[in-house]
Amino acid sequence: MIKKEMIAMLLAGGQGSRLGVLTQKVAKPAVSFGGKYRIIDFPLSNCINSGVDTVGVLTQYQPLRLNTHIGIGIPWDLDRNVGGVTILPPYERSKGSDWYTGTANAIYQNLEYMETYNPDYVLILSGDHIYKMDYEVMLEYHKANNADITIAAMPVPIEEASRFGILITDENNRITEFEEKPANPRSNLASMGIYIFSWKVLKEALIKMSDVPGCDFGKHIIPDCFESGNRVFAYEYNGYWKDVGTLSSYWEANMELIDIIPEFNLYEEYWKIYTKSDIIPPQYVSEEAVIDRSIIGEGTEICGEVHNSVIGAGVVIKSGAVVKDSIIMRECVIGENTTISKAIIAENVIVGADCELGAGDFAPSKYDPKVYQFDLVTIGENSVIPDKVKVGKNTAIVGETRLEDYPDGQLAGGDYIIKAGGMK
Amino acid sequence: MRAIGIVLAGGNSKRMRELSNKRAIAAMPIAGNYRSIDFALSNMTNSHIQNVAVLTQYNSRSLHLHLSSSKWWDFGRKQGGLYVFTPTITAESSDWYRGTADALYQNLIFLKNSHEPYVVIAAGDGIYKLDYGKVLEYHIEKKADITVVCTELPAGEDTTRFGIVKTNDDGRITDFEEKPMVASSNTVSCGIYVIRRRQLIELIERCAMEDRYDFVSDILVRYRNLKRIYAYRMNTYWRNIASVESYYKTNMDFLKPEVRDYFFRQYPDVYSKIDDLPPAKYNPGASVKNSLISSGSIVNGVVENSVLFKKAYIGNNCVIRNSIILNDVYVGDNTVIENCIVESRDTIRANTTYIGTPDNVKIVIEKNERYTL
Repeated sequence: MIKKEMIAMLLAGGQGSRLGVLTQKVAKPAVSFGGKYRIIDFPLSNCINSGVDTVGVLTQYQPLRLNTHIGIGIPWDLDRNVGGVTILPPYERSKGSDWYTGTANAIYQNLEYMETYNPDYVLILSGDHIYKMDYEVMLEYHKANNADITIAAMPVPIEEASRFGILITDENNRITEFEEKPANPRSNLASMGIYIFSWKVLKEALIKMSDVPGCDFGKHIIPDCFESGNRVFAYEYNGYWKDVGTLSSYWEANMELIDIIPEFNLYEEYWKIYTKSDIIPPQYVSEEAVIDRSIIGEGTEICGEVHNSVIGAGVVIKSGAVVKDSIIMRECVIGENTTISKAIIAENVIVGADCELGAGDFAPSKYDPKVYQFDLVTIGENSVIPDKVKVGKNTAIVGETRLEDYPDGQLAGGDYIIKAGGMK
Repeated sequence: MRAIGIVLAGGNSKRMRELSNKRAIAAMPIAGNYRSIDFALSNMTNSHIQNVAVLTQYNSRSLHLHLSSSKWWDFGRKQGGLYVFTPTITAESSDWYRGTADALYQNLIFLKNSHEPYVVIAAGDGIYKLDYGKVLEYHIEKKADITVVCTELPAGEDTTRFGIVKTNDDGRITDFEEKPMVASSNTVSCGIYVIRRRQLIELIERCAMEDRYDFVSDILVRYRNLKRIYAYRMNTYWRNIASVESYYKTNMDFLKPEVRDYFFRQYPDVYSKIDDLPPAKYNPGASVKNSLISSGSIVNGVVENSVLFKKAYIGNNCVIRNSIILNDVYVGDNTVIENCIVESRDTIRANTTYIGTPDNVKIVIEKNERYTL
């Protein structure tokens, strides 16, 4: 008989459209982070470190990278005889087929998967947060309160509270009221989108609400459970937690790792973050190289200057190149004498020689001002930048660009080049 | 692949000095992120050999730790696997492995119970890439009884710790001298052999009957006129690391672009156990030139012409030159280390100096208490 006390369902199907060209070809949870990781490594590592060895990963948007990254779960020790990691894409049924239309709808469509493990509790996670959390402690808390639902929540500065789903609790941390993005918040406890459900409560709610279009945990399931009198508790979390949903928060979270003693410490022995490491060799730093305040992944070759940057595995930075305040993901090549400042460069990008990225002044984006509103040069994966071009601030580039794509060899601030299959 | 693999990883050498006090030679860390045995094991798996036995004896704990899971070299299979055989007490014998041939004899059952027609025997202390399939093809083409992989050492290299080989025009070995004081040629055996499995069983049983224990002197040297023993010449990079000098040099070789390119960027890859360490970190004050830095390291000082293995911590104002810092070493502030090999898990106090010379590399072993945040 198969029995798992708690299983996790990890929502990894979203695009993360506010990451712009970074998520054009990959789902947000598969975006690289911190030199060698991908965002989904954090919740997956938390699971195994918390003793949760059965994880369903719900995928939908551009799942290829996620599928190959997770595989059978070897890096996280999630290759198990019973349980382990299972990728759960939407599927066809005899009576039609549906995409996942909302967070709760996705979980509803996988009731059978959950049922197999005969769980007492189900942990709902999302694949786009950077944090370390012991879910076992949260489960203890859930049990001690005899709760039906426990929501992880963290205190945020009260002036920012109106951007979050806010929980109002009594003295026992039982939730008495929800406020979604309130104008005048009465509490600063923000929901982190991490829930523990007692299995029966979850199952009943999902079946009951199965006809709700775009059924969502925050909007439908939890308010409904709350109103029908279930015991809903807030679990206060005070560690490091970062939603890397926008280009600026993604950039900041990476940059926080290069502080001398970073708030989010990757060096802790007892809470390792695991990832698929297919590049093993050490990095080589040449005679001409200058590196400070940076973290650098395996197998890189650094011949130029690197300051305040996060460099992924297998990157080559040629001599004379200067990289500042930037994130360069795995296996990029930066050409000779190229200067890069404040850029996010996705995987496998080739930047030619004698280029200048991040030059000039800020200008509002002509492409998508909601996504691109910072100084950053953002380059999508597998792009090519020719030699000797100048690229301004707040720009976006995708595809194999050539010199003729750059009028006068320049891309002005706020401008964009989206080529071959490029889409918003 | 029609062969099983055997990695001989049981020996010690005085030439390793203190470096082999706590580990087998095959478990010596190499090039920042690897262990010596990774090269033989990766060659096996890249040659599609699926059934591999590692014979260990001396300080075998270090190897057992490294080989605790076979999945990193893709040996975790139903068909085949990675086996580590240490000497055991049986009804017939309570001996240690008295030599390489005896080690094979004590594991004869592994040879007898396999069904693959050939055996590839490799040493665990060679740093190289080789497709054993090519050696096997050559072996079959030459109708050889035993094929020995050989390489040409550059003139001036110390040949006294190798087997010296002379061949005729066809490649057949006509003379084989084990570790002669004065070598008659620069062609040395790499300690890699291909042989038919039944032939090997027969030779090993014969050896045992005559109380002979060494594969090289009791089989290769003794049978060289009777059996068809051929040399397969390897022209690519090959180093044996079983002396402090060659160990130091081999690690420093990885600072050369052509060596890195050959091992790190060209197909096929070399695999190793994954440690899940964070990326290397460079703090203000770090100045690194011509060096290899491994994951989990934190650098606050000067590092030049050196190899830092995993989880090295280099304090403020340190100067590390021409040195090898093995895994998990903590170097306190203001310390100077030149021409040294610093043993793994060492804690080096602040304000200390260790200077070796290029010809006499100093081995630093310090067991100080470590206080870290």
